[in-house]
Amino acid sequence: MNQWDRFLDTFFNVPVLVQYTPAILQGMWVTVVLSVLIVIFGVAFGGALAMARSYGIRPLSALIVIYADVFRALPPLVVIMIVFFGLPNAGIVLSSFLVLFLVLGLVLAAFAEEIFWAGITSIDRGQWEAARSSGLGFSQALVWVVVPQAARLAIPPLTNRAIAITKMTALGTVIGVPDILNQATTAQSFSGNASPLVLAALAYVALFLPLVILARWLESRFAWRKV
Amino acid sequence: MDRLIEQFFNFEIMIAAWPTVLEGLGVTALLCLVIVPMGLAGGLLAALGSVAPARGVRWPVIGFVDFFRAIPPLVLLIFIYSGLPFAGLQLSPFAAVVIAFFLNNSAYYGEIFRAGILSVGQGQAEAARSTGLGRAQTLIHVVLPQAVRNVLPDLVSNTVEVVKLTSLASVVSLGEMLHAANMARSVTYNASPLVLAAGIYLVILWPLVRLVSRFGRGLAA
Repeated sequence: MNQWDRFLDTFFNVPVLVQYTPAILQGMWVTVVLSVLIVIFGVAFGGALAMARSYGIRPLSALIVIYADVFRALPPLVVIMIVFFGLPNAGIVLSSFLVLFLVLGLVLAAFAEEIFWAGITSIDRGQWEAARSSGLGFSQALVWVVVPQAARLAIPPLTNRAIAITKMTALGTVIGVPDILNQATTAQSFSGNASPLVLAALAYVALFLPLVILARWLESRFAWRKV
Repeated sequence: MDRLIEQFFNFEIMIAAWPTVLEGLGVTALLCLVIVPMGLAGGLLAALGSVAPARGVRWPVIGFVDFFRAIPPLVLLIFIYSGLPFAGLQLSPFAAVVIAFFLNNSAYYGEIFRAGILSVGQGQAEAARSTGLGRAQTLIHVVLPQAVRNVLPDLVSNTVEVVKLTSLASVVSLGEMLHAANMARSVTYNASPLVLAAGIYLVILWPLVRLVSRFGRGLAA
């Protein structure tokens, strides 16, 4: 076997690729479901926290800031391990899927809160005043006037952050979530061949490259508007 | 409640694990000292390539950046560490981590530098050139200083992400802080060493996270 054949045999072994494609597809399904759940929870919870913060209730705002800071400062893998390995010894058993969803959802919510909050604080005071003077209450002004404008500012950074965090579903491998990477490493050790890892990389590119390009487009649109 | 405290905040176990975790912190620090400058340098190169006038340069570089932004760093790391040996290339955990994170970080820093360079008006470069500065001089003395200033918050924010990313090295058994703490956990059947490591990450990264939030308020578009 010459070098090139050996390379193909190691990384693009057709029988191995065919054999493990169903497993990788299953992993893709798990990754997609997890990602969608994480994004829905993270954006909704983060948005709710940012709105709660805008009422300016001191103790509540302080709690929100501490939560957002802690979850932005801690590496997600550390939190995943603490929750997954620590809680069972304290008598609380959560599935690895649930642990991964909760931790990454809370991490995304922390970032989303900061992004929405930056958006809300950047809305001109005049918008608030005009809304209030037209007879809207504080909550109405927040929901109908300020948040829609803040959300538009938040979309590009939020998209980038959501991509970065849903990619972290690969961390679930460490605690045994059957995601793409987990399926691939299992397949690799069964087949004694690196092709499943190549397949996994392709699966991630297929899922995330369109999103990365979308984020790039959103950013350029945003930058163009600002000028 | 007592069981929770016993499991997560057991000070005796934390004190016993302290030397191990501290040793891990040393490896984490070393790793950061290697990969942050490498990522910044790679990112700067990627950014220069991605704004190059020649399509033959620009498009491959943008393709490279998007590819490595689409692949989870852990996938890249596992591919390099446990996939490449099948082709006869066996790397140490440290080398595998450095290569994987260099590729990943260059892509992320590259996007930030690119935004920075594009934020500096074309007129700046033209004015610099017309005063007699060469291309390289214009870039180094006029464009880059402004570019870096404009994207400083993003650079700090991404550096926080890079430090957090080093925890992934534990997966390939590099003895950084998370790996050390997790070893201590498996010996003691207690999560307190992990909580200790989390506390150390917080002490190091919280000020930076605060700084990023402050930037955000000042620069809000």
